[in-house]
Amino acid sequence: MGPLIPHELLSPEWNNVIALIIGIAFGYLMEASGFSSSRKLAGVFYGYDFTVLRVFFTAAVVSMIGILYLSKLGYLNFDDLYIQPTYVDSAIIGGVIMGVGFVAGGFCPGTSLCAAAIGKIDGMVFILGLMLGVVIFSEMFPWLEGIFNAHNLGGVTLEDTLGLSNEWTTAIFAIIAVVAFYGTTILGRYIRNVRY
Amino acid sequence: MSYWNEDHQHTYWNPYFGGFMLGLLLIFTFYMTGRGIGASGAMKSTVVFALYEVAPKHVEKSAYYSRFVEEDKSPLNTWLIFEVLGAIGGAFLSGALSGRAKFKIQHSPKISSKRRLAFALVGGILFGFGSQMARGCTSGAALSGLSVMATAGFITMLTIFGSGYLVAYFFRKNWI
Repeated sequence: MGPLIPHELLSPEWNNVIALIIGIAFGYLMEASGFSSSRKLAGVFYGYDFTVLRVFFTAAVVSMIGILYLSKLGYLNFDDLYIQPTYVDSAIIGGVIMGVGFVAGGFCPGTSLCAAAIGKIDGMVFILGLMLGVVIFSEMFPWLEGIFNAHNLGGVTLEDTLGLSNEWTTAIFAIIAVVAFYGTTILGRYIRNVRY
Repeated sequence: MSYWNEDHQHTYWNPYFGGFMLGLLLIFTFYMTGRGIGASGAMKSTVVFALYEVAPKHVEKSAYYSRFVEEDKSPLNTWLIFEVLGAIGGAFLSGALSGRAKFKIQHSPKISSKRRLAFALVGGILFGFGSQMARGCTSGAALSGLSVMATAGFITMLTIFGSGYLVAYFFRKNWI
């Protein structure tokens, strides 16, 4: 039963090999989906290109459904999966800052790697910025520590927070995704085309 | 090759196909490792590694960096570093096969290259800062978090895209 490496069904030596293989697939399919282009990525915020929304929501829905089925069928123990802790304040503040960074820079960390990998100078500069951002955060950490650690709910899921079972969360998210796909397709007809 | 170069430069995968493949990759990753996919963590490891080389005392004293330094293990020896190295290779492969791999600064014709780079730098700084604050970025916190219904994943997704839409108006000259 999965996850294989934490259950030691696969020796830890394989960990980095698997990381490399997963990374290659990750980079390949992000680039192939157009994520190396900042103008394509930024399109989601202006309505001229909804690729980000389509790729992101499809991936999330597929992954939620798949993980749910694997755990129901007994191939994957859901309780052994890593659920990141929810620190309410820092998650909100960090997310808001990242949103501004996304629109200003046109990338997120993963997509800037794809852009840099195919020679986009703006992607490389974005990565330099990311590293500076990490340095600034670390140097300011003594002042930020309070916010960083405030309201820790632990590794909670929507089941704990909203009382929505994983099945309902998945179903509702899938419906929202399909509505968003349909809605943005209709909306796209009324938005001026931007060539890039 | 010219066939690829001329005609397929702007031909990308169908986004639903790309998303489907990314979803399968996430399932595979959770099945193998019990965790999701990330990106910003590798940048952090790189920064910790570089600073540990030039100013080890500073890193050991720092309340934040010191969390990521272990004895007898390089800060670079992390799962995410290997994953990100793979991602760079994979992205290059895809770009090269489609004739997209070349040095260039991509920007709207309405702005200069210099302006594009300045905003890329500022955007990167904000994103780097925010990803540390939120303990992950679009892939590690939002997408991987959503896969396991983590509350933090939903908060991060909603705030990244929500704030993006809120401020999009002020940055419109860069993009449209």
